[in-house]
Amino acid sequence: MRARSSILLFPMGILAILLVPAVTAQSQSSGAYGITHAKIFTLAGSPIENGTLVIRDGKIAAVGATVEVPAGAQVIDAKGLQVYPGLFDAVTQMGLSEIGAVNATVDTSETGSYNPDVVAATAVSPSSEHIPVTRASGITEVLVVPGSGGFDFFGARGILGGQASAIHLAGWEIDEMLLKKSAAMVLNFPEIQTETFDFATFTRKEKPYTEAKQEYEKQVNELTDWLERARHYAQALEKGSVAKYDRDLKLEALAPVVRGEQPVLAFANRARDIRNAVEFCDKQKLKMILAGGAEAYKVKDLLRSKDIPVILRPMLSMPPEEDDPYDRQPSQPAELAAAGVKFAIASFDNSFARRLGQNAANAVAHGLPYDEALRAVTINPAQIFGLGSQLGTLEPGKLANLIVTSGDPLELTTDVKYLFIKGQLTSTENKHHRLYEKYLNRPKAQ
Amino acid sequence: MRIPTPRNAARTRLSFLSFLCLLYFPFFANAATPPPDAPPVILIQNATILTVSHGTIEHGSILIKDGKIAEVGQSVKAPAGAQVIDAAGQFVIPGIIDCHSHIAAESINEGSVSVSSMVTMEEVLDPDDMDIYRDLAGGVTSANILHGSANSIGGQTLVIKLRWGQPASKLPFEGAMPGIKFALGENPKRSNFSIPGQPKRYPATRMGVEETIRGAFSEARDYKKTWDDYNKRVAAGEKNLIPPRRDLRLEPLVEVLEGKRYVHSHCYREDEILMLLRVAKEFAFKVRTFQHILEGYKVADELAAAGVGASTFSDWWAYKVEAYDAIPYNAALMTRRGVIVSINSDDSEEATHLNQEAAKSMKYGGLSRDEALKLVTLNPAIQLGIDKRVGTIDVGKDADLTIYNHDPLSAYAVVQKTLIDGRIYFDRERDITGRADLEKEKKALTEKLKKAAEKKPEEKKPEEKKPPEKKPEDKPKPPAPTPTSTAARAGAPLGGAL
Repeated sequence: MRARSSILLFPMGILAILLVPAVTAQSQSSGAYGITHAKIFTLAGSPIENGTLVIRDGKIAAVGATVEVPAGAQVIDAKGLQVYPGLFDAVTQMGLSEIGAVNATVDTSETGSYNPDVVAATAVSPSSEHIPVTRASGITEVLVVPGSGGFDFFGARGILGGQASAIHLAGWEIDEMLLKKSAAMVLNFPEIQTETFDFATFTRKEKPYTEAKQEYEKQVNELTDWLERARHYAQALEKGSVAKYDRDLKLEALAPVVRGEQPVLAFANRARDIRNAVEFCDKQKLKMILAGGAEAYKVKDLLRSKDIPVILRPMLSMPPEEDDPYDRQPSQPAELAAAGVKFAIASFDNSFARRLGQNAANAVAHGLPYDEALRAVTINPAQIFGLGSQLGTLEPGKLANLIVTSGDPLELTTDVKYLFIKGQLTSTENKHHRLYEKYLNRPKAQ
Repeated sequence: MRIPTPRNAARTRLSFLSFLCLLYFPFFANAATPPPDAPPVILIQNATILTVSHGTIEHGSILIKDGKIAEVGQSVKAPAGAQVIDAAGQFVIPGIIDCHSHIAAESINEGSVSVSSMVTMEEVLDPDDMDIYRDLAGGVTSANILHGSANSIGGQTLVIKLRWGQPASKLPFEGAMPGIKFALGENPKRSNFSIPGQPKRYPATRMGVEETIRGAFSEARDYKKTWDDYNKRVAAGEKNLIPPRRDLRLEPLVEVLEGKRYVHSHCYREDEILMLLRVAKEFAFKVRTFQHILEGYKVADELAAAGVGASTFSDWWAYKVEAYDAIPYNAALMTRRGVIVSINSDDSEEATHLNQEAAKSMKYGGLSRDEALKLVTLNPAIQLGIDKRVGTIDVGKDADLTIYNHDPLSAYAVVQKTLIDGRIYFDRERDITGRADLEKEKKALTEKLKKAAEKKPEEKKPEEKKPPEKKPEDKPKPPAPTPTSTAARAGAPLGGAL
């Protein structure tokens, strides 16, 4: 517990973080909780005023206005507070990268262009400082994306970047954290790049369109070839004749992809690249999730007609083109929602993951209905990665990943008072709180 | 010594798309011609006015005359002929001041030497930079335009007003003290940047950074003495003296010694902050602000005692080792210990929501609403020495105002209008209604270009042309690379504004 004496010094300053759970996280084994007198936003119906939510065995046991708290459960009186599903950040490098500028702490991208066999979960550091910092903003689960996923400027950026893992933001080691080890295959869809940057000379190089197109086609052919081989391999697996082959870990990893069981998380931003990716995945019968989607609004009808969900990059981004409207990015979600495109909003980052709610709120400020914004950071990403039956709304039987807040979880000034992951009351304390406390209490310098 | 040069000397290309951009905002297109001398008389009425200096006025009005705030209150009447802006349900704050920006600059990094005090941002001002308009649309009215941070002593800085549509000569904030960028830590020692085949540059340690600055000021002190002696002898009536040779590198440092130029020093770690304070004491100059200063909370008392301002980020961290102890409570902790603190952007996108970034200090450290708002209005004004002109809503100050549709200390607020000197430089409604025409105009121009290209088949197809790339500026904020920005980001190691 924190030093109460400092309240006297800075009454306003410390309020925000002193309101830590009255129930401590030590009682992790007992497992039953009753959250009472709360306004509960289930996202599966209208909010429940003065409601009760019961957690048992890691799951939501009951939720409603007339629910009884079972005997023996720890009670959290949440009068004046609100309950929401925990937020789901659908593209991060959580645990793969600690300090961006220090290579030794970065495990985001393998070398080479085709690494379908590498799995993000393998390199997630459970004790990364980013995890508790992110958790404090109400995020309870994230997708960890390897292979750069389009936001690592210096790292290698292969075409098949590896398998993205969905994890809970709590756990002593990765097995406890895992939600879905192989949630999607990262595909950095080839772009027709007429401009590149040469690191050796630190200059930009322009390339004629025809040449750039040729390179693009070469990459697409390569990718097609990989998928063809994976298909043969998958057939061999099915017919049990794989013994005749040398085991190929990369093709083995691609088998669920070519069978359409595992989605590809295809990174593309420009309308042309998105169209190419959609056409390609259609032809190859891959289950596609678009990530990035800076110009998704230009192809919204296509995305809608093919039922391709989108993980949108942050609203707090500059427009892709110099002559785009200044609010191009924050106004896009409203357009996609109106067109019936399913989307999630993600941070595409680690240290800025805590801006997830802020990004969603900025979309609301530019016309996205509030409920849609909430869904875009909870149930939508869960459904997109096939976790909708386990997470994303507050319904009996679902995992108890939820937050109790002082108000709107998308707003800048809202505090997360209690946070549950898999039904366990989990601390929101982190490195930033510790440093705050330490230096708040530094004796006055001479 | 500032050498006036024609603007845009360095501007070499005006591509098709940037030409389009000039046409992009028809309202401002004619602003390239000088504006009328007399600014309109404007009354903003029915607004919630967050004055920053004297509380909040509900249902208040602001009368603007001659570009200045003439009256503020609940019972201000519109004079005959005044343009009335009905701001019912809206919020007015003093225009946002960004104490660390790299917009409106053709380039920001003279990275070849560790003392580049001879270069100045004024000579590379780019009034056509679209980021000026975007930041204006985010409520920013003034910005401190800084050189990059690759040098222990970097280039000269300049405070501008975001007078979009005006020529470069009209951007500088009249009478604002000029400044100079210093930088400490990883960037000037080039820790995170190496160019293959290029030898390491001195300094490569924090020790060397200190010595580079001490060495430069030793020279500057000698140089000043040479000139002082010469001037004394001239004043004494001596004839036929040969003046000392001018040194353009040392002149700005002499201005620092004479208190005529502000030092804005990039820094991160507590130890390097105290190092520069010691050097400043040794050479008897003042540090005006520390920039970034993500470990400022560790030495807040020392900062307060030295009377130096701190301009920091809201919640950036972990992008490099010296940012690993950064905490979002930094602004609040320093404020509580008596430091004048501002929140800056260092990034043209971040600048579009500085109101939101300021609001975070209410959550992280419990600043009051007024204290939070000061972080992006009055405090940066004080730090830049322009608080007599801007930073609060008070009679006599410049009518630099931002109008929101919602409480500005919230993520749901959207800027409706931005005024500078009593003129509306950004109007959201006008921007939105103008978009269809611009789209039409762009289509027509694209068609024209396509036709021209068809005649000359050897030329590149128009749609493959890209807008001009941004200067290589260090933008760590990772979200959302786009094909056009990838190269600019990749270029970051050259500079390092961050």
